[in-house]
Amino acid sequence: MQVNEYKPLIVAFCCNWCSYAGADLAGNNRLNYPAEVKIIRVPCSCRVNPMFVLRAFQRGADGVIICGCHPGDCHYTSGNYFTRRRMALLFSMLDYLGIEKERTRVEWVSAAEGAKFAATMNDFVEKVTALGENKRLEDLRCKK
Amino acid sequence: MQKITREQLIEKASALLADGTVKQVLGWAKGEFDYDITPAVFESAEELNANFVWSDFCGANFSKYLVSKTRKCDGKILVFLKPCDTYSFNQLLTEHRFDREKVYAVGIPCEGMADIAKIKEICADGIASIDCEGDALKVHTLYDDEPVCVPAADVLAERCVNCKSKKHVAYDELLGEEGEVLDSARFDEVAKLEAMTPDERFAFWQGELSRCIRCNACRNVCPACTCEKCVFDNPNSGVENKSPANSFEEKMFHIIRAFHVAGRCTDCGECSRVCPQHIPLHLLNRKFIKDIDNFYGEYQAGAEEGSRAPLVDYTTEDIEPGEVFDRRDTDA
Repeated sequence: MQVNEYKPLIVAFCCNWCSYAGADLAGNNRLNYPAEVKIIRVPCSCRVNPMFVLRAFQRGADGVIICGCHPGDCHYTSGNYFTRRRMALLFSMLDYLGIEKERTRVEWVSAAEGAKFAATMNDFVEKVTALGENKRLEDLRCKK
Repeated sequence: MQKITREQLIEKASALLADGTVKQVLGWAKGEFDYDITPAVFESAEELNANFVWSDFCGANFSKYLVSKTRKCDGKILVFLKPCDTYSFNQLLTEHRFDREKVYAVGIPCEGMADIAKIKEICADGIASIDCEGDALKVHTLYDDEPVCVPAADVLAERCVNCKSKKHVAYDELLGEEGEVLDSARFDEVAKLEAMTPDERFAFWQGELSRCIRCNACRNVCPACTCEKCVFDNPNSGVENKSPANSFEEKMFHIIRAFHVAGRCTDCGECSRVCPQHIPLHLLNRKFIKDIDNFYGEYQAGAEEGSRAPLVDYTTEDIEPGEVFDRRDTDA
């Protein structure tokens, strides 16, 4: 019997130098994390424009997570510090507009933290699944 | 009622035009109605005498016009700046958007501008003309023989009720007296919204933003929005025009519009003034200002020329994005 179980769509922006390698390590170690997580590799977490996050939501993502190097470990020295300020303001604004705050997250995952990557994704998917579909930020014009 | 008179401003501008200090004057001219004042460029004393206007409806902030006007004019441009306009002026200078040498800035005092929407609430429609006399506005309507007298204090624009400063932070010459930075209650509305539940907030913003017709007036008037090319003009984005659905589809536009000026917005309130749908857009900008003050220390964009905007700066001890919700809750 087929069960129509709700599966969220998660977009994960991963920095090339830490988190993307962390995701690789999770794979190498055969750690499980849900297939609903779609990883987009970015050169640095500060490449993530707030518009990327909102565009993902507009086009039907249910959750967006941004992963970067730990503060102080940025490959470009200071990129993730800018990410931190930008996303703090963006998340606060989304909350101000009444968007569920569990749908967005920033996590610092180093290249050695494959286990943390898998655990973070498992936890995030679980939280977003509990919230259900993203209705508040989707844009009908962007639906195919 | 404004303390400074139209004649004083014309006299000053004419004198500077006559002695060749400036070539053009940026000022206000009458639009279709008395309350519909439009920015204009004047080049002679005759033009000034004929069309220059100074009244309780001269809300337009000229700082942004300097970006294009200084490029086109080969001489100096005289610009009249109200206290709040000087913050935008400074912010644009900080961003090297125009040549300071080509501008002659005259600071003028401001007693607050009137909001025509508030007058229309009192007098209904059919406003033929409005005289600003003393502390009252005399509104002549098509339907009444006698003009309706409205106290100017009752119809102040929201941004003037919560005026943040009567101090000019930049000028070459100041008419009238130097004012003070005021202690305004401009974040009260934001705090009220923050105290609501997420569902209530969503309902509030859905009600406000679903009225948006995407005319882009808020973007075009904003003195902080001076990009030559704008992300919203991308015809391939699929969202460059108004959504045919009468729902809540323009939130991305408004979040990004406010975000792009976060840390640079001087809170001049022009976005809300020009909005034909009366959306309180300043509440989005003020939310960012409030958060920046809260998380990264008090910062007033434009207060000081050359200051570093909070979003192009950082400290190693900054708040984590996941903590912002708790921080605000404890403050409230």
